[in-house]
This record gives sequence, structure tokens and C-alpha cells, in this order.
Amino acid sequence: MKELSKTVQDLKPSGIRKFFDLANTMEGVISLGVGEPDFATPWHICENAIESMYDGKTHYTANRGLLELRREIAKFHREHYNQFYDPEDEIIVTVGGSEAIDIAMRALINPGDEIIVLDPNYVAYEPSILLAGGIPVHIQLTEEKEFKLLPEDLKNAITPKTKAIMINFPSNPTGGVMTYEDYEKLVPILKESGIYVISDEIYAELSFDQKFASLAQFKEVRDQIIVVNGFSKAFAMTGWRLGYTLSNKEVSQAMTKIHQYVIMSAPTAAQHAAIEALRNGYTDVLRMKEEYRNRRNLLVNRLNRMGLPTHMPHGTFYVFANIKKSGLSSDDFCEKLLSDQKVACVPGTAFGESGEGFIRISYAYSMDHIKTACDRIEIFLKKLGIE
Amino acid sequence: MHQNKILDLLENDARLTSQDLADILDEDKTEIEKEVKSLEDNKIICGYHTVINYNKAQRDQKVMAYIEVNCSPQRDEGYDKTAMRIANYPEVNTMYLLSGDCDFLVLVEGKTMFEVARFVSDKIACVENVISTKTLFVLKQYKQSGILIANPKNEENERLVVTP
Repeated sequence: MKELSKTVQDLKPSGIRKFFDLANTMEGVISLGVGEPDFATPWHICENAIESMYDGKTHYTANRGLLELRREIAKFHREHYNQFYDPEDEIIVTVGGSEAIDIAMRALINPGDEIIVLDPNYVAYEPSILLAGGIPVHIQLTEEKEFKLLPEDLKNAITPKTKAIMINFPSNPTGGVMTYEDYEKLVPILKESGIYVISDEIYAELSFDQKFASLAQFKEVRDQIIVVNGFSKAFAMTGWRLGYTLSNKEVSQAMTKIHQYVIMSAPTAAQHAAIEALRNGYTDVLRMKEEYRNRRNLLVNRLNRMGLPTHMPHGTFYVFANIKKSGLSSDDFCEKLLSDQKVACVPGTAFGESGEGFIRISYAYSMDHIKTACDRIEIFLKKLGIE
Repeated sequence: MHQNKILDLLENDARLTSQDLADILDEDKTEIEKEVKSLEDNKIICGYHTVINYNKAQRDQKVMAYIEVNCSPQRDEGYDKTAMRIANYPEVNTMYLLSGDCDFLVLVEGKTMFEVARFVSDKIACVENVISTKTLFVLKQYKQSGILIANPKNEENERLVVTP
């Protein structure tokens, strides 16, 4: 048989995949390893999808998604985030944030273009860049700077070949956020270089201690920003696979070209569910956010008391805990924690080299579950001599 | 100052310890203990219960019925005196005064249908000022205290063990 694509062969298997295989073979594993809400989709949202099927709404929609949905998206972003996009030609409804990232990369990249990514970062960004023929260039983020993107680092990373930077705040896996003031310092650099920004804002609603900020709020660079967002995290709708992009018309047109050939249109029932989510689901969002905040406090305060000094992350549902004290590598720590106490966390290195010395602990679990897992982690740490 | 938050949390999970509450509210443990004590002393927290799925527990000899009770309210006392005469029976688990067609809704528990029926006819119906009763036996429980219990699926849902 003929050889498969070189690019695909060269893609590194996800570090998460390796860990998943390991954890999946074991009985009685308590996981703190998932990247999706534990809540079921609020029932009124499901009902709306069911109703749409009763009504025979089972056909393709417009490529960019139902106009009714795009209008709701535009309204939601205007009212909640001060982001202004035209539902007619600046919004595309996609199959999850994942497709949105993929079409954004493919619409921007010429072979050899450099795309800056932050390290650690979500596992899908680099493969999307590589599959589109781009070259990932890293900026290392540090715990000391709360995993924020600093202007001097951005400046140093930009070369004549740089096409775009991929960012994600609040961040999976670090829980780090950027404030309006943090972004403000980046604006002149972005303006001068003219590079695009793909801003994955999927955790926007899970910003606990300050108002969510976005580069798309700055008029000077608004046309350079491609916002990626979706329903998975805020509305607990991961399985519906529904996201969207917000961008200027030109970029949106280019992305639509790819989207229409590859996807045609996002699932129709899911789009109807999403309309209901945006119209009547905000109290659910706030209820779940409050619960995440409680769990975060429970987890972080317990980690600190058991001898793992951990700062309070300001967003998402992840804690990026520093385990350097243990003297173990992230991989070893997670493997030993799994084999010894059957608790599954994800090694920080699954998200990039800068993740060494950290583990990602998800708190998208019930309090009971978190407490049991913490009890086990505590035993594990004691065995390592950490108290 | 944390009273409402403590109540919210304990309403959902009465097993949260003072240390858990302190962690969740980012507060000192002794402060929390004081608050909980005062909530208990003031009878704002009146008890701690367990939500049981009786469909599964197969504890036979447990029958529940909702009794709609109509009564004539009394001058100066309204409904309260009659209500207390019913509510004081240990067979009564829960009782409300309602708007609409019936006055009281009374949840009664017993070991057999006969026992519940006897309680209604011999006790509730005979209480002074009670005009009529209507007994509705519980066949199956679907949800209680905000918890779905008729769902055959496991609580820990079908999420994968580790995802990005």
C-alpha cells in the first residue's frame, strides 16, 4: 500500500491519549482528568432540540448556521462581552470550537508561515497548525507570571514570517486569565505587526474573580482577531458539538469556503438547542459557575493544606498544580498516583514542555468525588514525604 | 455573614464538614462552626436527612400517600390550630397549607395501605373542623429534593476517564 500523509505520520500522539489508555485499563479509578462539565445539558435546552425534531426541522441549515442563531450569538456577545459582530457575514456556526480552530488556521496559513502558540497550551492547537502547513513557535508561560502572555515575550516571538498567534484565556490547562489591562499592553504590538490573533474564548463564562476581557474589545485591532467560542463549557453542551467564530468579513468568507466543503452546516438540532441556550440559559450558566467556584475553593484549599502550595486559578475548571516538591517528573507523578492510589490526573507535559513540574487537576466533578480523590492524593503525598 | 451560602451548600449536601465548608467559602473553620451552631440553635437548620430511592431499596412495608385535606378556618386562629393537630401525628412526614382547591397537603407514611387508610379515616378525618379528605397513594418516585431517582443510569455519567 502507498504511504500515508507525511504530515499525519509526523504528528505526535497526544500525551493525553497515552494516559487515557493507561487509566482505562484499571478498575476503580477516580478521575480528575476530564476536560468537560459533569453537568447534564439543562433540560429546557434539550427540550428545544426535541421540539425542533417534532417540527421536522431536520434539514441542512445555511452554511454559516441558522440566521436566528447567529443573531442570538451576536446579541449575547454584544451584551456580555462588548464584542460587536454582524450576524449576516461575520459569524460562522461550527462543529465545536475544534472545527473553528481548524478552519481559522487553514484560512490563514501559507506553507512555512509561523504561528505563535503559548506553552503550555491546549492539545489541539499545534496539530491544527501543522496540518495547515504552518510552523508552531513557542512562547513559554511561567507560574511566576500567573501564566499570562507578556508584551515583551510577544514582541520577541514575532518575526517577518509570523502570521498569527493562538491564545486561550481563561486557559486550559493553567486556569490563567488575562485582564483588560493585560491585553491593553499587547495591542500596540499587534497593531504594528499586523498579525492575526486566534483567540479561543471557550472558557469566557468561567472567569471567577474578574470580568472577562478579550482582544476583540479593542477597536484598533478588532479586525485582526478571530474569536473562537462555543456552547460546550458554559452551557454544558460538549456532546452537541457546537461552536462558532467571530471575525471580520474577509476572514469569515475565507473560513466559510472551507466550512461549506468540509462540514456543510453544523447539526440542525444542536443549533436549535443553542438558540434556547442563549435566550433562556444564562441562569443555568451562573448556577454552574457558582458550583465550579465552590469546587475550586474546596480543591485548592485542600491541596494547600496537604502540602502542595497551589495558587487560586481565576478561570476554567482546572488547577495546574506545581508538583516540583515531589522531585518527580510530571509523567512519573501521574503514573505513580494512578498505580498507587488510582487517581487519574493529566501530566502537565501533555500540554507542552513548560508543563513539566505540573499536573492538571480538573474539578468538573461533584464535591463528593473531589473529596474522595483528595483523600487519596493526600495519602500519596504522605508516602512521598510531603505533608 | 455566610449564612445563606452555608444553607445553600448544606441543603445540597448535608455531609459537608465544617472543614469542607471552610474550604469552599475560603473562610476560617472556627468561624464556620460558629455559624452552623447558631443556625442549628435558632432552628433555621431543623434536621439532616438522606434522600433514599425507595424503588431500589426494596424496603417493603413502606407506603406513602398524599392526603388533600379541606377544613374550615377558625376565627382568630385561621388554619394553624387545626394544622398542628394533624402535623403532630408521627405518621405525618410533611405538611403544607396550599392555595387552590384543597387546604392542606399532608404526606403520610405507613407500613401498609391499610394502615395509611386507617390513619386517614380514624385520625385526620376526625380532627375538629376537617371537612373532607382525599387520599392519593404514591406508586413510584421520580425525583426528590432536586435529585432524579428514577433514572436507571449510574450517577457517574458516561464521560471518558481522561479528556483534553
